[in-house]
Amino acid sequence: MQSKLKKLTKYQFFWPLMVLLLIILINGIISGGSFFQINIVDGHLYGRLIDILRNGSKLMILATGMTMVLATGGTDISVGSVMAISGAIACCIIDGRLLPSAGGSVAVAVTLALLAGLACGIWNGFLVAKVKIQPIVATMILMVAGRGIAQLVTQGKIVTINSAGYYYINGGYILGLPFPLYIVAFVVLITLLFVKKSAFGLFVESIGCNSTASKFTGIKVDNIKWAIYAFCGLMAALAGLIESAGIKAADCNNCGLMIELDGILAVAIGGTSLAGGRFSIPASLIGALVVQSITTTVLALGIAPEITSVFKAIVVVIICLIQSKEFKEMLTKRFAGKKGKAVAQA
Amino acid sequence: MKKILAAMLAMCMVTAVLSGCGSTPSSSDPAPAPSSSAAEPAPAEPSKAENEKLVVGFAQIGQESGWRDAETADLQWYAAQNIDTIDFKFADAQQKQENQIKAIKSFIDMGVDVIGLAPVVETGWDAVLTEAKEAGIPVIFLDRSAAVADDLYATFIGADFELEGRTACDEMATLLGAEGGKVVELVGTVGATAAIGRQKGFTDQLANHPEIEVIDSQSGDFTRAKGKEVMESFLKTYGAEIKGVYAHNDDMMLGAIEAIKEAGFKPGQDIKTVSIDGVKAIFEAMAAGEANVNVECNPLLGEYFFTTAAKLKAGEAVDHRIVVPAEVHRAETAAEDLPNRKW
Repeated sequence: MQSKLKKLTKYQFFWPLMVLLLIILINGIISGGSFFQINIVDGHLYGRLIDILRNGSKLMILATGMTMVLATGGTDISVGSVMAISGAIACCIIDGRLLPSAGGSVAVAVTLALLAGLACGIWNGFLVAKVKIQPIVATMILMVAGRGIAQLVTQGKIVTINSAGYYYINGGYILGLPFPLYIVAFVVLITLLFVKKSAFGLFVESIGCNSTASKFTGIKVDNIKWAIYAFCGLMAALAGLIESAGIKAADCNNCGLMIELDGILAVAIGGTSLAGGRFSIPASLIGALVVQSITTTVLALGIAPEITSVFKAIVVVIICLIQSKEFKEMLTKRFAGKKGKAVAQA
Repeated sequence: MKKILAAMLAMCMVTAVLSGCGSTPSSSDPAPAPSSSAAEPAPAEPSKAENEKLVVGFAQIGQESGWRDAETADLQWYAAQNIDTIDFKFADAQQKQENQIKAIKSFIDMGVDVIGLAPVVETGWDAVLTEAKEAGIPVIFLDRSAAVADDLYATFIGADFELEGRTACDEMATLLGAEGGKVVELVGTVGATAAIGRQKGFTDQLANHPEIEVIDSQSGDFTRAKGKEVMESFLKTYGAEIKGVYAHNDDMMLGAIEAIKEAGFKPGQDIKTVSIDGVKAIFEAMAAGEANVNVECNPLLGEYFFTTAAKLKAGEAVDHRIVVPAEVHRAETAAEDLPNRKW
């Protein structure tokens, strides 16, 4: 039994999962159980846990792309802006401002928005992998310029649309479960299959540990990095579609604002080192749910808006401490030391 | 190191170019570009005596929201309509105080009749406004005020956020009728002047409407996405208890409406709505029967601004505070109002 538990704790997603369960459990106790309540409204499931899953879906998708970027020792802080671009393009096409010949087709809008995200990712990858600009600087270009591009697309307005088909991306339900969850499942399955069943994942970890050595072993470091940034851009565009579909509008100023930090935090809570190396996409997904559940907690507990940020910061600090090996060792040492003293006194 | 520096430079250039593209062209003479060296002596303007036109310089904050774009467009539209009598010089400060100060200094050098300013921040204006005062040029604050001595500016034209909050409360009371009910509040960005005023006004006015109770308020950061998320949470906590929503701006309300629909309630019927601002999308929602009342915070201030400026030039007395009234629009007339909405 104990050995089994030990084995379980070895998995990267073990501690993040414990944190997630702890947060949900605390919420459940404080709310007297109503936090867990799931009803059926209009033929779909309805409750706070469903909210966490649905509102966390865009962060889960971002984290999928971000995990591999961070695993190569890089970073992508442009994802929020790419989200804004993708939402802007999709809404403007559906609205008919862009490409009136498409006739407001949702399929065309989604495809072009995703392609735009891919193009942003390719641009980032080009700067990082080929031009060798430091990732944080390279992606900062698009972080700043991206919102400007989105503003140009929408002409500085919030474009409101009324398309049931587009809204389905966020608000649709299949078998009572929100549609974004199926998007997450689809994306993650394909990514995991590709990463685990081919040598790609190994290459990524190798680049993260030592990119020079990887190069000498024959790994095409530049191309792999390029592909990863492009993938991250595509994921950001997908997240942007989910966000803009949820509000039936393209809100360039606020769509995905500061979400790049949430994305990095999700990956970090998942236990992937920002310095690169080993990574786990499932752990990052749980990290994303942890970040989302903190937000939901704030709302569910009705914490005053003035102290929300402080509350979130404290929770994150505690999570980081729980996961820190050094901190755990420090605690056990201290505990053991006291025990030792007690024994000596006796 | 060089690489980083080069990249930073490139980034700055990209930003500069992009923000440059975004700035609206001025209607009259090329505006004193805030980024160019304002220290250079401005080209000699005809002196006031021989120019009968009203020469007004306006230092706008920049493009920060649809509301501000509408305000800029209205100022330029009004000036263009009266091109024979108004010489309008417009400067876009791109959200930077130093650009606004530069623009004001160049307006002083040009010897304009009146300076208009929408201060991007509240503090740090004393020196440049003293300069304007010494040059004998009256200053009008438009839609935002600043923390300066009363004698440094002629007047402040703008909405009264507390008045908007009080009006919203009265409207909510009308909607809920005699039996009243429980109301949730979507607060704007924490610390924003508009959010503070709109909350205080609503809360103060509650004293006159004991049948209404605000059971919860949370910040929705003035955005649709946050407004929706907060409303989702309210609905889970209070469910059918909620009889009304009060949002500090329309965008949060538009998000909340989606949340209400998802929860299986009918916005506008089961849950009444009152929001502030008056964007076009809320009129569409009202026309569709999904929202009830809007308290307008009018950005179309061109007429107020230029008539006040003309009075100042003529030496007439103007009030030190000119309140732009908070107009109320209701769902019943939304369909008729909709075609006239400019923003």
